[in-house]
Amino acid sequence: MTMTPEEKAEFNRRRKGRNLVVALLLVAFVVLFFFITIVRIGGAQ
Amino acid sequence: MTTTIATQLPADWRDFFALTKPRVMSLVVFTGLCGMIAAPGHIHPVLGFTAVLCIAMAAGGAAALNQWWEADLDAGMKRTAMRPLPQGRMDPISARDFGVGLSAAAVLLMGLAIGWLAAVILAVSVVYYAVIYTIWLKPRTPQNIVIGGGAGAFPPLIGWVAVTGEITLMPILLFAIIFMWTPPHFWALALFVKSDYAKVGIPMMPVVAGEASTRKQILAYSVLLLPLSASPWFIGGTGAVYGIAALALSAVFLALSLPVALRRRSGEDDRMLPEKRLFAYSVFYLFALFAALVADRLLSVQGFII
Repeated sequence: MTMTPEEKAEFNRRRKGRNLVVALLLVAFVVLFFFITIVRIGGAQ
Repeated sequence: MTTTIATQLPADWRDFFALTKPRVMSLVVFTGLCGMIAAPGHIHPVLGFTAVLCIAMAAGGAAALNQWWEADLDAGMKRTAMRPLPQGRMDPISARDFGVGLSAAAVLLMGLAIGWLAAVILAVSVVYYAVIYTIWLKPRTPQNIVIGGGAGAFPPLIGWVAVTGEITLMPILLFAIIFMWTPPHFWALALFVKSDYAKVGIPMMPVVAGEASTRKQILAYSVLLLPLSASPWFIGGTGAVYGIAALALSAVFLALSLPVALRRRSGEDDRMLPEKRLFAYSVFYLFALFAALVADRLLSVQGFII
């Protein structure tokens, strides 16, 4: 499938946005899992 | 050709976000959080945040699955035609996988971080909404909203169980209150957007049983809601702060549903003001009721026994 330059630009824009959001979510979950682990093994209960 | 090209492009992340119905999610997060705060016992703030996050993720996943299944119906209704799937901004497979992935991740995280009883109830709530309500009951029976109301009633129950680890009468009463609240809340809306549901063949109560019957049923549920909403006080599960607030809020609910029950549509140009008023109040009612529950709990914890 060939894309016009406008479609190509739109494709790249959306892919970039999605990659950025996925990266942010990944970092957020890494941080969350770190703190969950600390709380759970710390015997907070 | 524009639509085929649009679906070949990857969907914008904002469309995935829209798929989770963020506005519904805010009510889910609020009632889940309130159930958690009102529960006896203590939960570490990190785990409390995680539990609410899981409830929100599961609600978002269930909403995505709902829109994946109903894309063709949504396209036929004015209120929903602008959603990502009817607009062709996203392909259905992506929506389905997003919904399954989000729900499964939420259940796993809840099980690992909080406990498996809360995780199982969370899984049941997703299946209840996405399968029992969306796929099975909604297109088949005008009682769809009555039974489907259970889906929205899960969050405070899950929030409560995340803290206590067991199911007791109090969280079941919170479940029952939202269950009883849903039919008058939704039918008030259905009365003034009736034409849309009729168009796509969804058997909503006003379409099937008629407006007069729906108005009577709104009143019946509002009457039942009054003692039920105060029942946590009657059984000694809360203090008088919640009990009196619940009675007052439900009395206003009943007072607003009376004109809805006793009137008839005056004609096609009827502005349906009592119905719109009841619907707007019903949203406020749920927020206020759960806020009162939390206030009651916090006051009693701090020693202000009332």
